[in-house]
Amino acid sequence: MLLVSFLCSLGLVAAFTSPASGAATSPARPAARRASVTGVTAHRIVLGATTPLTGPAAPGYDEIAPATNAVFEYVNAHGGIYGRKIDYLVDNDEYDPALTVHYTEQLVEQDDIFADVGSLGTPTQLAVQGFLNSEHVPQLFIESGCACWSKPKQYPESFGWQPDYIVEGKILGQYVAKHMSGEKVGYLYQDDEFGEDGVRGLDEEIPKSSVASEQTYQGTSAGLAAGLGSQISAIKASGAKVVVLYTIPAATALALLAAAELNYHPQWVVSSVGADPPTLTGLLVSYSKGTAGASLLNGMISNAYLPPETDSSNAWIRLSKSILTKYDKSYTQWDGNTEYGAAIGYSMVELLEAAGKHLTRSGIISTLAKDGSKFAVSSLVPFTYSKGDHYGLSGSEVVRIDNGVVSPITPVYVATNKGPITKYTGKPLPIPSILKG
Amino acid sequence: MSLFVNLTLNGLSFGVIYAAVALGLVLIWRATRVLNFAQGALATLTSYIAVSLFDRAINYWFAFAAALAAGLIIGALVERVFMRPLYGKPELNPVVVSIGLLILVESVVGAIWGSGDRGFYPAFSQIGIRVGHTYLDFSHFDVFILASVLVLMAAMLVLFRWTNLGLKMRASAFAPEVSRLVGVRVGRILTAGWALATFAGALAGLLVAPKVLLSPNMMDPILVYGFAAAVIGGLDSPLGSLVGGIATGLGISYIGGYLGSSMETTGAAVLVIVVLSIRPEGILSHPKARRV
Amino acid sequence: MTPPTGRLRLPDQPLLRHLLLAAPAGALLYWLTMSVSPYDNTLISEIALYAIAIAGLSVLTGVSGQISLGHGAFMAVGAYAAGLMMEHFHLPLIVPILVGVGVAGAVGGVVGIPATRLTGPYLAGVTLALALAAQDLPSKFSSLFNGDQGIIVLPPTPPHGIPPERWLAWISLVAAIVTMVLLANFLRSRFGRSLKAVRDDEIAASACGIHAARLRILAFAISAAAAGLSGGLFALWTGIVSPDSFSLSLSILLLAGMVVGGSGSLVGAWWGALALVYVPQWTLSLSGHLSLSSGVTANLQNAVFGLLIVVIMMVAPSGIQGWLTGLGLFLRRWAAPDSASRAPSPATATERTMP
Repeated sequence: MLLVSFLCSLGLVAAFTSPASGAATSPARPAARRASVTGVTAHRIVLGATTPLTGPAAPGYDEIAPATNAVFEYVNAHGGIYGRKIDYLVDNDEYDPALTVHYTEQLVEQDDIFADVGSLGTPTQLAVQGFLNSEHVPQLFIESGCACWSKPKQYPESFGWQPDYIVEGKILGQYVAKHMSGEKVGYLYQDDEFGEDGVRGLDEEIPKSSVASEQTYQGTSAGLAAGLGSQISAIKASGAKVVVLYTIPAATALALLAAAELNYHPQWVVSSVGADPPTLTGLLVSYSKGTAGASLLNGMISNAYLPPETDSSNAWIRLSKSILTKYDKSYTQWDGNTEYGAAIGYSMVELLEAAGKHLTRSGIISTLAKDGSKFAVSSLVPFTYSKGDHYGLSGSEVVRIDNGVVSPITPVYVATNKGPITKYTGKPLPIPSILKG
Repeated sequence: MSLFVNLTLNGLSFGVIYAAVALGLVLIWRATRVLNFAQGALATLTSYIAVSLFDRAINYWFAFAAALAAGLIIGALVERVFMRPLYGKPELNPVVVSIGLLILVESVVGAIWGSGDRGFYPAFSQIGIRVGHTYLDFSHFDVFILASVLVLMAAMLVLFRWTNLGLKMRASAFAPEVSRLVGVRVGRILTAGWALATFAGALAGLLVAPKVLLSPNMMDPILVYGFAAAVIGGLDSPLGSLVGGIATGLGISYIGGYLGSSMETTGAAVLVIVVLSIRPEGILSHPKARRV
Repeated sequence: MTPPTGRLRLPDQPLLRHLLLAAPAGALLYWLTMSVSPYDNTLISEIALYAIAIAGLSVLTGVSGQISLGHGAFMAVGAYAAGLMMEHFHLPLIVPILVGVGVAGAVGGVVGIPATRLTGPYLAGVTLALALAAQDLPSKFSSLFNGDQGIIVLPPTPPHGIPPERWLAWISLVAAIVTMVLLANFLRSRFGRSLKAVRDDEIAASACGIHAARLRILAFAISAAAAGLSGGLFALWTGIVSPDSFSLSLSILLLAGMVVGGSGSLVGAWWGALALVYVPQWTLSLSGHLSLSSGVTANLQNAVFGLLIVVIMMVAPSGIQGWLTGLGLFLRRWAAPDSASRAPSPATATERTMP
C-alpha cells in the first residue's frame, strides 16, 4: 500500500506539473522565443510584481499596485508605448518572503515577464534579488526605503525608487535640531529596519543628550495587539515635548489615540510612511465618534517626496486623480498610497518610452542608468540614477499638516545616506507627452 | 509611579478582553474538546457586521446588540454545520476544520470589506479620566470594557451554577454518555455552548476594535493572547480565563512599559512556559486522579 | 500495519524493506526532475521540504500523540543555524545542513522536557509560545541574525551542465527520501513501537518497563530535527532566512497539511505537502492572474484554500492517505473478498478518536 500510494503521489506531481516541450535537457521555453526578448512582443510587454494584497501587511499597501496598473491601463488605452500594451501581472505574496520566491519564480519562469516592477517590501525583495539578477530579469522601482538596493556591481538589475529611510530621518532630524533645539525628544519606532534606519538618520542630526525616551513596537502582527498605551505613557513620563514617530499609519493612529487618552499633546514629527492625512483621518474616527478625529493631526510635522496630496493645483495630481477614477476599479480614496502607486507607474512608462522601440532587458537597464535622472515624474526631486547609483529619489521637504491640508514649511532638500544635506533648486517637472493621452 | 498606575490600568482593560476571548475558548473546550482557532475570525466578522451597520447610521446600541446576536447565531451554525459531523472522528479534525474556517472567514471578510484598517467607534469617549491634575490611561470606554466583561463572566457563573441549562451543559461536558442516558439532549447543549462561546468572542471583538483598529486580521494576535490566557488560567475553568486574561494583560503591559515593547510577545511566551511548568494544567486546574 | 498476505513480498528487515521501497521512488523522481521545467523543479523542491517537516510533525503528533504548534519555529532554528554556517564558513553544503538538523534536534529535545508533563492543548500552548518567540528573537539579536532583513544564503552551485533548479530539486529529494527511510525505520524500531504504546496507554506502557518521559523527549527531538532539515532546505530554496517566513501561520499550516494528508502517515506527509503547494497554485490559475479589479480575487484565492481544508476534513476524516487506503481496501475486498478481510483498517488503526 505504501508503495502504491507513494507512486500515485508521484504520478500526481507529474500530472500537475506541465510536461516540458522539447528534450529533457533543454528548459521549458520553446526555442522560438529565444530569438526575441522574453516578455516582449510586437503588441505586448509583460511586467510582473509581488505585493501584499491580503494579510496583516496589506492595509494601505493593497492600494498601490492597482494604482500603478491604472496608469498602465491609461497608457494602453491611448495606444500603448510604441504600439505595445502593458500587461501587469501582480501576485499576492502576503509579505512572506517564501511566497515572494514562489510567485517571482512563477512570474519569471511560467509567465515570462520582461521585468519585475514595483514589488513591495524589504525582506521580500531581498529574497528574490539574487534570483532575478542571476536570471538577468530587471528588478525595477522596488517599493522599499531600504538603503540596500544600490549595489550596481553585485546586483546590476536592481533599482530602488523612494528615498531611503536614513535620508528621510536626516532631513526630519535636521528640522527638529534646528527649530526645536533644547526640547526633550521622544522616539517611537517600529523595531525593524524601517524604524531603525529612520532613527539612524535622526541620530545624525539630533544630539543624543536631548533624546529623553526611545520606545519601540513590534513590526509583527502582534505588535499593535496591545495598543501603544504603555509606550506613550513611558514617553510622556520622560517629559518629552517633541515625539518623533517612525510608524506605519495604523501605529501613528494608535499613538495619537493613546496620547489623547492621556491628554498628552507633544509636537508630533512623523515619517512620511505613517503621516498620510486621509488614511489617518479614516483611522481616527474612533476618537470621539469621528467628530474630532482630524483635529488630532493639526500641527503634525512630516516630510514628503511627492507633492502634497491636497495640492489640487498640481498638474500631476490632477492627472493621477483622473486616471485613477477611470482605470482603477478598486479606487476608493485619493491618498498617499494611490499617489505613490501612480508615480511608480509614471516612472515605468517613461522608462519604457526612453528605452526605445527595440526593447531589451540590457537596454532598459542602461537607459535607466544613463537617462533616469532626466525622467519627468511626479516627485519633488529627480531620480539620482547613474551607472554607480541605483537609489532613486533622494530628497524631501518638511511639511506641516493643518485641518487636513499639507503645506511645505522648508525648501526641498536632497541628501545621500552618508553625505551632507543640501537644498534642491531645480524646478518641478512638466508632464511628458506620453502621459498626456 | 504614575507610569505604574497607567500600565496597570492599560493592562487591565486589555486583560479582560483577552479574558473574554479565553472564555470563548474554554466554553468550547469544555463542551467539545476542540481548540477553536476560528473564534477570532468569527469575532472579526461580527465586528464588521457592526461597522457596516454604523455606516448605515443605525443606532449604535442596536448595531452593538446585532453584532452580539450575530455571534450567537454564527456560533450555533458553525457547530451544527461543521463540527457536528466530526464528533467521534480523530480529535485533531475539528481543530483543522477550525483552521480552515479561520482562513475562509478572514478572506471572505477581506473580500467584502477590503483589507484596509478601519477606525471603529467606541461606545464611550476614549479620553482618559481626569484625577486631580493628571489624566489616567483609563477612559469611560475602558470602564465599559471592564464592566461588560465582568457582567459576562458573572452571567456565565450564574448560568452554570444555578440554571437548568448550565447544569446540563456541565453534565454534557463531563459525562456526555450518562447525560444522554438521563435524557439530556446533548446535541442541543453543544450547540448552545458554541453559540455562547462565539457570543463572548463577538463581545471581545467589539471591545478591542476601537483600541487596535479593525482589519480582517485584527483578532489573530488577540486570539493568541486569549489562548495564552486560557492555558494559563486552565482550560476547564471559566473563572480561570478571567485570571489568565488579567495576568496576560498585565504581564504584557508591564513588559511593554518597562522592558520595551519588543519584549511583549517573547514575554507572553515566557509567561505561558513558566506558569505551565509550575502548574501543567493552568492556575485554576483541579488535580485529577489518573484513571488506570 | 502489516502488509496483507498475497501481495508484494518485501524483506522483513525494515531498513532493507524501506530502501527497496525508496529506490523506485527515487528513480521515478529522478525521471520527473529531468522532464519538467525549471519552475516545476522549484515546486518539487518546495514539496520535498514541506514533506520533510510534515513527516516530522506526523511522527510527533500522529505517532506520539503530542500536538505541536511550533514546528515553524524548529524550521526557523534549522534555517538560521544552516544559514549562519553558510554565511561564515565555506564548508561542503551537507555540513551546514546537518548542523541545522542537529541544532533543531537539540532545541526540540529541550522543548520536549516540559512536554513530558503537559497534555494536549497545554502542550499546544507552550509550542505556540515558542513559535511566537521564534519570530521575535531575530530582531532582538539583530547583530547576529541581521534583524528582519535576514541572512542571505547563496544558492548551491550545481556541477557543470545541471540547471540550478534541478540541482536543488535533487538535493531536496535526496534529503526527503533519506528522511522518510530513517523515519520509517524509526517507527518500526523498538522505540517507535514503544512510543505508540505510550500514546495509547501510558500507564500500561510504564508497567511494561517503558520509560515514557524519555521516549517523548526523543520523539520531540527527532521531529524537530526533521523540521530543522526542512528549514535548512528552505534557506537554500528561498535564498534568505528572515523572520517573516516563519510566522505562526507556517506552524499552523504544517499542522493542517499533516492532518489533511493523513496524520501519522509518512506517505500522507507527501499529500499534505502537495496540498500546501498546489492548492494555492490551483486557485491562482482558477482566478487567472489577479485582475486587480480589487483585492477580492486575492481574498477569494485564500477563501478557496480555507474551504478546501474544511471540505477535505469532512469528506476524508482520516486525511487523503486514509481515504486512499480505505479506497484500496474497498477495491481489494471487492476483487478478492477473502484476503482483504483479514487486513486491519489502517484508517482507524493509526489514529485516536475522541473520548
